[in-house]
Amino acid sequence: MITVKNYVKPDTLEEAYELNQKRANRVIGGMMWVRMGRGNVNTVIDLSGLGLDQITESETDIHIGCMCTLRQLETDRRLAEEFGDFFRECTRHIVGVQFRNGATVGGSIFGRYGFSDILTAFLVLDTRVKLYKKGIVPLSEFVRMERDRDILEELIVAKDGRKAVYLSERRSQTDFPVLTCAASEKDGKAVLAIGARPMKAESVETTLEGMEDAADTFPYGSNMRGSSEYRRHLGRVLAGRAKKALEEENV
Amino acid sequence: MEVQFELNGKTVRTEVEAGALLLDVLRELGCYSVKCGCETTNCGLCTVWVDGTPRLSCSILAAAIQGKAVTTLEGLQEEAARFGAYLAAEGAEQCGYCSPGFIMNVLAMERELCASGHCPDREEIREYLAGNLCRCTGYAGQMRAVEKYLRERRG
Amino acid sequence: MKKVNQAIPKIDAKALVTGKPVYTDDLAPKDCLIVKVLRSPHAHALIKNIDYSRAMKVPGMTAVFTYEDCPKERFTMAGQTYPEASPYDRLILDQRVRFVGDAVAIVAGETKEAVDRAMKMIKVEYEVLTPLLDFRKAKDNDILVHPEENWRSLCDVGADNKRNLCASGKDEGGDVDQVLSECRYVVDQTYHTQANQQTMMETFRTYCYMDVYGRLNVVSSTQVTFHARRILSNALGIPKSKIRVIKPRIGGGFGAKQTVVSEVYPAFVTWKTGRPSKIVFTREESQTASSPRHEMEVHVRVGADESGRIRAIDVYTLSNTGAFGEHGPTTVGLSGHKSIPLYGKTDAFRFRYDVVYTNVMSSGAYRGYGATQGIFAVESAVNELAEQMHMDPVRLRELNMVREGQVMPAYYGETAQSCALDRCMQRAKELIGWDEKYPSRDMGNGKVRGVGVAMAMQGSGISNVDTASVAMKVNDDGFYSLMVGASDMGTGCDTILAQMAADCMDCEMEDIIVSGVDTDSSPYDTGSYASSTTYVTGMAVVKTCEKLKEKICLKGAEYLGCSREDVEFDGKRVWSPKDGKEISLKEIGNRVMCANEEALMASEAHYSPTSPPPFMVGMAEVEVDLETGKVTPVNYAAVVDCGTVINPSLARVQTEGGLVQGIGMALYEDIVYSDKGQNFSNSFMQYKIPTRMDTGEIRVEFESSYEPTGPFGAKSIGEIVINTPSPALAAAVANATGVHIRELPITAEKVYMGMKHSS
Repeated sequence: MITVKNYVKPDTLEEAYELNQKRANRVIGGMMWVRMGRGNVNTVIDLSGLGLDQITESETDIHIGCMCTLRQLETDRRLAEEFGDFFRECTRHIVGVQFRNGATVGGSIFGRYGFSDILTAFLVLDTRVKLYKKGIVPLSEFVRMERDRDILEELIVAKDGRKAVYLSERRSQTDFPVLTCAASEKDGKAVLAIGARPMKAESVETTLEGMEDAADTFPYGSNMRGSSEYRRHLGRVLAGRAKKALEEENV
Repeated sequence: MEVQFELNGKTVRTEVEAGALLLDVLRELGCYSVKCGCETTNCGLCTVWVDGTPRLSCSILAAAIQGKAVTTLEGLQEEAARFGAYLAAEGAEQCGYCSPGFIMNVLAMERELCASGHCPDREEIREYLAGNLCRCTGYAGQMRAVEKYLRERRG
Repeated sequence: MKKVNQAIPKIDAKALVTGKPVYTDDLAPKDCLIVKVLRSPHAHALIKNIDYSRAMKVPGMTAVFTYEDCPKERFTMAGQTYPEASPYDRLILDQRVRFVGDAVAIVAGETKEAVDRAMKMIKVEYEVLTPLLDFRKAKDNDILVHPEENWRSLCDVGADNKRNLCASGKDEGGDVDQVLSECRYVVDQTYHTQANQQTMMETFRTYCYMDVYGRLNVVSSTQVTFHARRILSNALGIPKSKIRVIKPRIGGGFGAKQTVVSEVYPAFVTWKTGRPSKIVFTREESQTASSPRHEMEVHVRVGADESGRIRAIDVYTLSNTGAFGEHGPTTVGLSGHKSIPLYGKTDAFRFRYDVVYTNVMSSGAYRGYGATQGIFAVESAVNELAEQMHMDPVRLRELNMVREGQVMPAYYGETAQSCALDRCMQRAKELIGWDEKYPSRDMGNGKVRGVGVAMAMQGSGISNVDTASVAMKVNDDGFYSLMVGASDMGTGCDTILAQMAADCMDCEMEDIIVSGVDTDSSPYDTGSYASSTTYVTGMAVVKTCEKLKEKICLKGAEYLGCSREDVEFDGKRVWSPKDGKEISLKEIGNRVMCANEEALMASEAHYSPTSPPPFMVGMAEVEVDLETGKVTPVNYAAVVDCGTVINPSLARVQTEGGLVQGIGMALYEDIVYSDKGQNFSNSFMQYKIPTRMDTGEIRVEFESSYEPTGPFGAKSIGEIVINTPSPALAAAVANATGVHIRELPITAEKVYMGMKHSS
């Protein structure tokens, strides 16, 4: 467990940003990992006073504040209208309702965890990340960026009418995934993302026909939940199932 | 640092370390129903409500609770006894160690899912309660208790 | 109304469901020292030096103890009757550390924060030694886990520390090799079960304080209150009379707390410092430095003739006891003695075993206690035998299963005086729809459903060993105090023992108060393990009540001025049918408190020369995804013969709970070590017990026999229920896919790889 010297709940993003420039300080999202982390933190920065816990909608986009919980993603009506079961599927296996009431979207995305269902899912939508200093960057770019001390304000997801499907394989229902897979399709263009390989999720552009082969282009590794050989096989299977679901519009 | 919050309907002001967990502070305040079963957010034994929402008190800094309302089983004694009677009728409290966190989440589920007259089916119930581990019962007796309770509560 | 066979809620239910502070850590004094254990990062090492001078400078630090401070007499932490079969191979702290997580120093301070800080400042120099991690290579390896000269084995169990042997032995009847050579069908396979954690929700914990008499008081979450007293006396080198152990409500045990895992640390601190102290194991400690199930590799040969008669069973078990020998010599016995006797028509059997030391966490007692491992192997082998014979595995069992009245040569020659195994099989078939579903059904969507079957048995207490005594007294107004030494660990034994007493005394549940275990005041009981409480302690209750009723009658007769022969006791009063004179129990209770010289109290002890097995049948239905190998448990039907069911709802929950632990063992749970002996399965994040979404639908019924030696005809229920899921699920997967998984857990990857290699 981490040890914490100070706790600050800033009133402005600027204040949060300034605090976060110190190495010894740390932004906390939902705090879910605090007990599991190690080391000393001088000041934890709690973003919950900044009103970033809303899901809002514009003509073209859905804006998801970084402090929105995974449970909000799971139950939000607008997200369901736009993307069907997609967000329910990528959240409902994550530990339990109480956990999802605490864990935040910002924490999941900023952490760029290798096991993340959430990151895998957002990668196949037209998702941009709004950073306090750097401004808006595509999520696929953010995933590859060096970790820095900027603050993730919100995710912006385009309402571009794409169909998306989410699948995962797990040894038990609320375990970390053995493999995650998300895919979307619009106007013949498909995006496939595979995560928990057990590396962090990345996405490739492909077509529905090319989906399974696209799965083969990812590197796969081994850990106690599965071998690289098995994961590679699962990648093809899930990509194939995603393709089928998208073809049948069963999403 | 000092935090002030509402605990089971009463205003509480207490001195906490910046890194103190809500779980530990609640036990220090005498809410012994709140238990710790793991250190990794997996077991659900430490479930309390924060502003009416079920949360894991092992993963909340006490400092962050300033101005919020916290409910533990100590604040829901009548409801706990009412649902608990169904649980006990099935023998499904067993060792009882996971019961407080479980009951907190059952009562939260009732409020969230049954608000509009909806009666959740087994799959919904299982999914809502999946974050509450129990090693004694195999969950079947808990399910019987929840189903009977919801059925009889909703006529 | 009779109380036995009624689904009476547990008498402590209200306190538990309303979250009352009744567990060890809820009760610990607020000013007690916090005790933690510094643990070894190496699987095998000698401590060269420990420097804790800086640690002691942390404000609030009280003491650091190392091996140099601890007594040098070895002992065992196994909660067993003296002389224990488990070797005396432990010290509180030892210079040699034997697994990653072994205790190196005991650290005590005023606050958790102080202790945590101090722990980081203790500098330990190790001479790192090569660990012995492969239990298949342990016997006669050059690396010795216990080379020390003062290692002791108290019983003749074939132990030899110079060979890494914790136990070794053989039992046989007939010429197994000869009979197998005559068999038309023979299965010869090896099965491997992993270590499993009990994962009771309340981790190990204990607090201690000195009382007004200068005695060490120990309040602990334990299943073995009386054994804990002896073990602490051995460990600390102090007289037993100086120790008192109390068990409050405990948050689950499942055998984990049949080993004295946490007690010695605060006991040592309090004894040395005079200060109250407590230890609460983290989940990580409970996962990495505790008392899990013994990993076993079981080699089975089973043979049948043309007609399907199983003629011979040969079992060799290699058991991994880890760094210490707790329960090593005894668990292994059950792998043969509770599997082979399921089959009643054999001409020969043989059971051999070795139990070896290695440099992983010590094993201990976990529900099923070796039977689980042996039954996975033997029942899997019988399923494979049926497949070889193209015979329905249910039919093969119907032809061969042990029947009521049969002598069981591989079960110490005991006779099955009560056995409804045949009825269990019949009913389980109906519940799962065996005839419609066997062997498998293609669901048409890339999924196949298969069904599998397994039988199981266990014991009811340890014959000629387990001893229970019970005391009961009449109080004023005529209510009873029932004092038991058995440790209710959440299973409800306080309640079912009171049910039995209520029936014996013809009274209501409310008329009996039950006092939990305090070694100072409770009558002796070996403890709650080995499925003994209902059967052994229950019988002690019956005997005690008989005695107490007699005393009540005598007293009543005295007060009525008539002779004993003239009166009867009906629960409420002692009366004389001859003339209608009567005196109420209430009045007797009050009158004996004045000018009386005969205490209205009785205490009887009981042990049993036999350990009648409960029997059961489990049938699993799984759905297998043919593309991924994923196994989803769909249905589980279990029918149990535990003799008379004392409390149907508690027995049902015992069964369901045991089944789901068994499903966890079969499908999900695994303790994984690195090649350096590091335990990866150190949390609930990495060691996945089933959630309520991982179990499928479970149906339980009872087919009762009547056990003549048990209280009200009862046998045990607690352990047997964990034994069928592993073999039944493995068989269901085999029937769905043709893939036999012989190494648990049955993961999707193993099934997929099996399908891939067979196609």
